[in-house]
Amino acid sequence: MIAIVDYRAGNLTSVRLACESLGLQAQITSDPEQILSAERVIFPGVGAAGAAMGHLNELKLADTLRAVVAQGTPFLGICLGTQIILEHSEEDGGVDTVGLLKGNVRLFRPTDPLVKVPQIGWNTVKLKRSHPVFAGIEDESEFYFVHSYHPEPDLPECILGETEYAGVTFASAMGRDNLVATQFHPEKSGRIGLRLLNNFATWNGRDGTEVGGRKSEVG
Amino acid sequence: MLTKRIIPCLDIHEKQVTKGVKFKNNIVLGDPVEMAARYYDEGCDELVFYDITASAEGRPIDIEMVAEVAHAIRIPFAVGGGISTLADMSRVLLAGAEKVSVNSLAVKNPSIISDGARAFGSQCIVLGMDPLAVDDPVRCPSGYEITTRGFRERTGMDALEWARRAVDLGVGEIVVNSVDADGTRAGFEIGLTKLIAENVSVPVVASGGAGNAQHLVDVFEKAHADAAIIAGMIHTGDTTIPALKAELVAAGVPIRQHW
Repeated sequence: MIAIVDYRAGNLTSVRLACESLGLQAQITSDPEQILSAERVIFPGVGAAGAAMGHLNELKLADTLRAVVAQGTPFLGICLGTQIILEHSEEDGGVDTVGLLKGNVRLFRPTDPLVKVPQIGWNTVKLKRSHPVFAGIEDESEFYFVHSYHPEPDLPECILGETEYAGVTFASAMGRDNLVATQFHPEKSGRIGLRLLNNFATWNGRDGTEVGGRKSEVG
Repeated sequence: MLTKRIIPCLDIHEKQVTKGVKFKNNIVLGDPVEMAARYYDEGCDELVFYDITASAEGRPIDIEMVAEVAHAIRIPFAVGGGISTLADMSRVLLAGAEKVSVNSLAVKNPSIISDGARAFGSQCIVLGMDPLAVDDPVRCPSGYEITTRGFRERTGMDALEWARRAVDLGVGEIVVNSVDADGTRAGFEIGLTKLIAENVSVPVVASGGAGNAQHLVDVFEKAHADAAIIAGMIHTGDTTIPALKAELVAAGVPIRQHW
């Protein structure tokens, strides 16, 4: 079962429908027990970082996220979910966030007034290194983005893919161990996005290109 | 590079897709879910559905249809028509739409924009506007007046002023639908689209008048539209989305090419 974390940060229907269309069992939940015992966790979200962190703390889910990543559960962040697993966001006057990956989240500040914020639409992702979640996805494939802020991780080795917008090249996909996070919305990125979700659903949670290792076994 | 979006528009009347000129003489074109699935397969970048009679008939939008579309496609879509409360917005978004579009209602009650943006995020709230070219420099210095209720009512409001105000209230995107060009298939109204696109900070979607690939090239290059709505030209089979995209790519427009 895949747990889709509900922390009152936007509409989770498309994530659920995308999972269902792949025949995956997915449950929208805010229950820490359910999240901790899930085979995989998707951490989505749209909206503002300040309010999202407020909800996450009220629901006492920040520690749950830390625990679920620490125990090795394959974990996928999407959009705002991706931003708030970094350490700090510039949004809402500055917000300390969950800190699963070292780095910050910055506002797009285009110098050209014809470059609009938010970025809305399909942009290309230049793959920086191979990863099982991107298996079978061509370099420079287009994904759907909606965001005004972008991730800026400290460690370049966690960058899986990069995208250009408003004069910056930002990390649009990141990964470390059992954690993967995308600024774009795989659930709204057509068949290529479904491919990514399906890869995630069959991924053993190990980074790098090697596949086929078995983790905890028959109980 | 961010690509320019091609957005087929499906006008819904009595559960069928229809097409008219200037909201008149509508003819039935097909089933909305089937058409959405076909355009999705053909590589459209987004879709928009307008329940064109919900507002006039004072009934809520057809939620079943929204849910069926959400099951059929895996790209974003917006829904407009008959949305008058936060509860209406919530139903549409929970059924799986990415965005809601407000138009006449927002003119009457602008706070629906700020309330909607606060509740669901700006990225969910689209302002649709139907400006008409007018010569009324006192009331409408931009040269365009906002009309509502399917072009039936003139408001005396200046189009540019309304666009700026809507951005201040929190809309995430503006669809500029030219009353003069709507349904003509003679090209977008470049001056109007450019005026809005150059003066607001959010993406602008051009609407009304798409008839061929060159019209789209023009509205992207000359008017700086971020996206363009098409309807008649593909509904009637005069062209297809792949053919249209191939022409745009050949003209040097950044377009999503893999799906």
